[in-house]
Amino acid sequence: MELFYSILPELIRIVVCAVCGAVIVFGNALVMGYAERKLAGHIMLRPGPMEVGPHGLYQLVVDGLKLMGKQLVVPLKADKPLFMLAPILAFAPVFVPLLVIPFSDKLQGFDLDVGYLLILAFASINVLAILIGGWGSNNKYSLFGAIRSVAQNVAYEIPMLISALAIIFMTNSFSLKEIAAAQSPVWFIVIQPVAFLIFIVSMVAETNRAPFDLPEAESELTAGFHTEYSGMSFSLFVLGEYANMFIICSVATVFFLGGSSGIPLPYFEYSGIIWFLAKVYFLMFFLVWIRWTYPRTRFDQLMNFCWKYLIPFSLVNLLITVVMVKLL
Amino acid sequence: MKSYFSELFTGGWSLIVGLKITLKALFTPIVTVQYPREKSVITPNYRGHIDLVKFEDTGTHKCITCGSCMRDCPSDCIVVDGEKREGVKGKFCTVFTLDFAKCSLCGACVEVCPTKTLDYSDEYELAGFARGDFQYDLLKRVEERE
Repeated sequence: MELFYSILPELIRIVVCAVCGAVIVFGNALVMGYAERKLAGHIMLRPGPMEVGPHGLYQLVVDGLKLMGKQLVVPLKADKPLFMLAPILAFAPVFVPLLVIPFSDKLQGFDLDVGYLLILAFASINVLAILIGGWGSNNKYSLFGAIRSVAQNVAYEIPMLISALAIIFMTNSFSLKEIAAAQSPVWFIVIQPVAFLIFIVSMVAETNRAPFDLPEAESELTAGFHTEYSGMSFSLFVLGEYANMFIICSVATVFFLGGSSGIPLPYFEYSGIIWFLAKVYFLMFFLVWIRWTYPRTRFDQLMNFCWKYLIPFSLVNLLITVVMVKLL
Repeated sequence: MKSYFSELFTGGWSLIVGLKITLKALFTPIVTVQYPREKSVITPNYRGHIDLVKFEDTGTHKCITCGSCMRDCPSDCIVVDGEKREGVKGKFCTVFTLDFAKCSLCGACVEVCPTKTLDYSDEYELAGFARGDFQYDLLKRVEERE
């Protein structure tokens, strides 16, 4: 009983964090689903969703209800356990990285010493989910999408990690809170612009979004790895994708945009979350913006760009950073 | 080696140019017309089905029932008939119907009309459930028009 009372505060903390994580995941999917379609519309000089509610505000609610009501079709020759496991595997791990993201000085689930490694590890499970889903669908398009996704994610994880490593050498810590705190005079985007650019590009590729959306390239692979998915299993993939976008943008914010730092507000330990979310959603806006600007890359272009440009540049950047850190 | 860097810079610049274009488009007013709720203005050159013109001086059309349009029509979709009436110079038009389902919108009737009383209408919301829905009584239409 004494043990119970001693761990009770921690238990409550875990429950609250999980609830907040769920709110962030679903709220973010609602906001981004609507914002993405609206922005896509306005970039093409059309209004986007307009019919359901004022300016189509309830469109996402209606879409969600529709997806929930739809039948889950499992293809006859599909590997059923794998087929059903994949969407869950794509969606479930997104809650864990949210625990270590420092939304403000005090709004953070757990400040782990290896926070960034935790995020990398759990973000990589998404690739596994895509591979399982593509393989389990027993469909050539799905399988091609899955193979592309694995090749792309493995390639782009390297420059992403190396560019982040430059920051980690400067702060000497994997803890996201310490990295954010180390940028009190100047944000790292000023000191490390090359690393920031490489991180942004790899970030787009890691989240499988246009112009690097080859795993789902609709004109070549119908819908890639989620061709065979319908209803709720499809929406779990979409929820996972938006949550991953949120996580990776949060990491970029912590690494390069100073975390929750900004113009001081009252109760800044908590209200810093306003600045944090503003930066995250600016990056999300940027992702949507480039999605509707650039055409999809060809696969060889994608790989060439990574191996010939991103990795050498990030390596040189890392080398210069290490030398500078040693000298200064 | 030279092309390696030049490709990087030209490519990077083209990406920035692309972003500028879409950002400008994002803040440009939308061009979509929310059709059933708002309608765009029809150009005067629009060639809809034919209609009798209502002249301001007489308050009605000037059809003299010459039948030129009926005879010129390659699709045989115009029927004009008239009768002699007391006190009216020339013939008085009693029937002027258009079978728009057959009309090919060639405009020969408009060209040939001696009194310029035939013109294209700007009607474009044309849909019907039966062929009979496109039998237009142009005399009735000209009277109903304000």
